Amino acid sequence: MESYLVDITLILDSTVRLAVPLILACLAGLYSERAGIVDIGLEGKLLAGAFAAAAMAAVSGSAWLGLLAGIGAALLFSGIHGLASINFKGNQTISGVALNFLAAGLTTFLGQSWFKRGGYTPQLAGDQRFNPITLPFANELREVPILGQIYYELISGHNIITYFAFIAVPVTAWVLFRTRFGLRLRAVGENPKAIDTAGISVTRLRYQALIITAVLVGIGGAYLSIAQSAGFNNNMSAGRGYIALAALIFAKWRPGPALLVCLMFGFLDAVQFRIQGQVFPIIGEVPVQAIQALPYILTVILLAGFIGRAVAPKASGIPYTKER
Amino acid sequence: MTPLPRWADVVLLPLLNVVLAFLVGGLIVLAVGQNPLQAVGIMLYGAFGYGSGFGYTLYYTTDFIFAGLAVSLAYHAGLFNIGPEGQAYVGGLGVILIGLALNGTHWAIVFPLMIICGGAFGALWAFVPGYLQAKRGSHVVITTILFNFIATSMMGFLISRVLKPAGVNSDESAPLEAITRVPQLRTFIELFKNSPVNLTFFLAIIALVFIYWLIWRTKFGYAVRALGQNPVAANYAGISNQKMIMIVMAMSGVLAAMVAVNNVGGVQGRLILNFVNGAGFVGIAVAFMGRGHPVGVGLSALLFGILYQGGQELAFQMPGITREMIVTIQALVILFTGAMGDMLRAPLARVLTRSSSPTGAK
Repeated sequence: MESYLVDITLILDSTVRLAVPLILACLAGLYSERAGIVDIGLEGKLLAGAFAAAAMAAVSGSAWLGLLAGIGAALLFSGIHGLASINFKGNQTISGVALNFLAAGLTTFLGQSWFKRGGYTPQLAGDQRFNPITLPFANELREVPILGQIYYELISGHNIITYFAFIAVPVTAWVLFRTRFGLRLRAVGENPKAIDTAGISVTRLRYQALIITAVLVGIGGAYLSIAQSAGFNNNMSAGRGYIALAALIFAKWRPGPALLVCLMFGFLDAVQFRIQGQVFPIIGEVPVQAIQALPYILTVILLAGFIGRAVAPKASGIPYTKER
Repeated sequence: MTPLPRWADVVLLPLLNVVLAFLVGGLIVLAVGQNPLQAVGIMLYGAFGYGSGFGYTLYYTTDFIFAGLAVSLAYHAGLFNIGPEGQAYVGGLGVILIGLALNGTHWAIVFPLMIICGGAFGALWAFVPGYLQAKRGSHVVITTILFNFIATSMMGFLISRVLKPAGVNSDESAPLEAITRVPQLRTFIELFKNSPVNLTFFLAIIALVFIYWLIWRTKFGYAVRALGQNPVAANYAGISNQKMIMIVMAMSGVLAAMVAVNNVGGVQGRLILNFVNGAGFVGIAVAFMGRGHPVGVGLSALLFGILYQGGQELAFQMPGITREMIVTIQALVILFTGAMGDMLRAPLARVLTRSSSPTGAK
């Protein structure tokens, strides 16, 4: 019984750790897609953010400067995406795909040119990383059965970005549904013409959304390289941007459900390591690949309308052209 | 805005976009303190300078022609197929299954069957997203991305758990016998030394001609283009959009699967993990750069073939530049020819009208 509890707490603990970049990327996508800009490029921004954060942290010795660099890289990518999809009214999907390749190519290329370690950045230690924070009384309460254990393992002992990610969810919900900015943001994704008629700049609003997107996904990238790991390695985002996109669709572009779906996908990721080689009653051995594919398969089924209907913001993907 | 003259629209604008992509790429190389011109020289030598290099260039070109055509065909119907990577991977399953079933049989019999069987598997993997868009309303862009990931997991499982023969350590299927493999050109032409270019290269050339004929010379091709340019009008003209979407996606999958014939049937002679290695994604850049036209696709596939083979050479000669620079170039090409393809249209139109009418009509 006791060991089961420890096991479960540990799995949930790694669920949280694995869900953080998903949550941040998913919320990031939420802002831009709610504003009517499809963002296939989340994966690339996550990767670029991770690289810039690790590179800066290694050079400057400060995790905070690393974080800023991560956000900066994501902003640069968002800027290109905005230029292509808002100003030049290009195809947003193509732009996103291009940005994903750009990130994959540039991070490895620059990493090798700058650090000459086969695409890795130098190992980070101490203040170059965001280290776990022990919440008050966590050590004292550790001995308390169940609750103390959960507090010590699950709630305390994460880095600051993790706490930020979980706070960002209710804040996003508040911004989106309780502020004027949020109302406009949702409107520009559904009916940009109405926003334009009201005398508000569609371009400006969409760029604002892209900036928020970049900040969140840049932090998510920094989490990968300077909080969760101690440095950057090749293609370390490993499809998380796409999973976040899937989670966003799954959550039907709503912040609360987005958190739950990201936690669910994080959980699948966490158990994947645990069930390797284990034989279960009735179903037998579950191949790791089946668990890996599950988020994608679930999203396909959802998109096909077999479990509810996911309807994207109406104007998403369509560049806005002012009538003359 | 004055429309561009046809020659400018078809040749000049795409060319300018490509030049822009390479200029930015050159600037990036310059920014890390390397000489881009020297890099280009080394790449050209690596791609054409000696027999096996040239053979490798043609081998890569083969892959990129198929992937580029797969993306182009779907794009003519207004469908953005991002899934050639996965479709080629699953196509490899068809190729190896028929190859192993007839292992030891002469390639002249097996080669066409590999095309059919591999094509069928690739078609299936592309048909499902097509079906889901046509009948269930989910977008192919998202579903094909998801299918790439599902393919990776599924194939990983099949290769490591099902196809791997007992007593083999690495994750790969049993090998095909030499007589069953698609013959490499070096067996006929000495020039190609030890390069993997094989008969599939000619299949790629045939595919280019076939797709040109299909899209611009047949009723079916007309329906494809009608669907891509105006689905509503196509529907009124009596074209079943749903049926077309499914057929076009399946055909796109067949084209993508030919990458597997080239690699599994002609080079590896066995099914290995991730043999597609990004070729499917290069197809996206090739298709946009070539504007979906077989002549353009052929030329851009050759350019990327040069980049990939030349990039190998580059990695030996200039350690400061890794092969990933090629992925960066690929990204810039997609960005400038695909997403920002119309960026230079207005300025170009202004320049051209000014030069053609010196009296100054604005």
